[in-house]
Amino acid sequence: MNILEFLAGINPVAASGAIVVLIGLWGILARPNLFKIAIAFTIMETGVNLIILSVGYIRGRTAPILDSAADAATASARMTDPVPQALVLTAIVIGLAVTALMLSYAVRLRAGGGASSIESYGEEKW
Amino acid sequence: MMRKILVILAIVGFAVVLLPLAYQAGVQPAPGALATEYLEKAPAELGTANVVTAIVVSYRGFDTLGEVAVLFAATAGVGALLTRKRLGLASTREKRMPATEILRTATRFLTSLLILFGVYIFVHGHLTPGGGFQGGVVIATAILLNLLAEPESHLAHGVMTGVEALSGAAYVTLGLLGAFLAWGFLDPRVLPAGSIGALVSAGTVPLIYSVIGLKVGAELSGILDALKGDRE
Amino acid sequence: MASDIAILIAGAVMIAAGIGAIVTRSLLVSIILSGGVSLVASLVFLLMGAPDVAMTEAAIGSGLTTVVFLYALARSKQADHEDSDKRVDNPASEAGGAS
Repeated sequence: MNILEFLAGINPVAASGAIVVLIGLWGILARPNLFKIAIAFTIMETGVNLIILSVGYIRGRTAPILDSAADAATASARMTDPVPQALVLTAIVIGLAVTALMLSYAVRLRAGGGASSIESYGEEKW
Repeated sequence: MMRKILVILAIVGFAVVLLPLAYQAGVQPAPGALATEYLEKAPAELGTANVVTAIVVSYRGFDTLGEVAVLFAATAGVGALLTRKRLGLASTREKRMPATEILRTATRFLTSLLILFGVYIFVHGHLTPGGGFQGGVVIATAILLNLLAEPESHLAHGVMTGVEALSGAAYVTLGLLGAFLAWGFLDPRVLPAGSIGALVSAGTVPLIYSVIGLKVGAELSGILDALKGDRE
Repeated sequence: MASDIAILIAGAVMIAAGIGAIVTRSLLVSIILSGGVSLVASLVFLLMGAPDVAMTEAAIGSGLTTVVFLYALARSKQADHEDSDKRVDNPASEAGGAS
């Protein structure tokens, strides 16, 4: 299999999602600032959601919402997979709550007179 | 130097793991067996036009209940971490800049409209895109506008706690009603399914999603208020 | 086909914004760019036939998350430059001078 064929087979959504995940991972590992790590986590989370959703994506199909009762018979031939959408929907809301929890720990550490670099909190990271 | 090499190694390792996913995802020609089942049965069984809502509220309703519980735990954690006593700020009360006239006037106009829009989104969750989570976020946005316009003000905590507790209890009660009067926990067929496209249809799906919307709105407002600070 | 091209362009914008968010030393710029990543991602979700997820991502990912970050930054009196441990009263006023 030559390289052009390989590239043509890549799903653009999942590929960009994978690259966004890698960018987030790089931010988490390479930056010491607590707030920057939280930002990198939200970027990584967006990438993960893109990958999960791309699993159910079928080119050229419509959203899983019916117009009338008569549609139901042909629904599975015209619509994308609704299951990953339902999973991602709840994951996004949880993501906000987890980010807020992460940030309140950072605020607590700062309020106790601490630095905002993770390296001043012991050797846990490396 | 060592650290940079380790970072690069970790990223390359992750890339190798993700590459087959990026290559294979999205190549399926049709939804899987489970998704086909949901797409064909949901409108007939539950009367929801939006199949995603049917999955979130009914078929996977137990997941959503757990998710709301996680949201509650995270909100409680944020509130517990950020009290003034724990932050050691008992005496210092910093002055905040007052909001501008434009913001205050716009807030007076927009608050009721935003809350109405949020309620509209979650009441129509079974017909159109949207639902409890999106509507709850819109309601939290209305409360955020008020917090920005009156920097010294605070949420009425009694009201927020009451809304949250009542909506949580109502969610579980609706689920139990499904268990006793219909087929199982969170089964919406307690009320008749009605005709697809009508506002009053789909059994208890709109009720459950409204309750989720109120709960999510109260919880996210609580997170915003706790992070804003100056809480006693 | 048109939606494929739109998804490719949106993916490129998303990757560029993500790299910018990690590379920049200013926390404010970083927060805004990560909100931008979420906003473009919600456009991709819409193109993929997932309007429910697109609404949630636009409202939560790029709206409330940004606000939560800004509140936390102001609350902890963290200076805008990420390597600095200095405490400032208004992070936004530091944005111009810090880097």
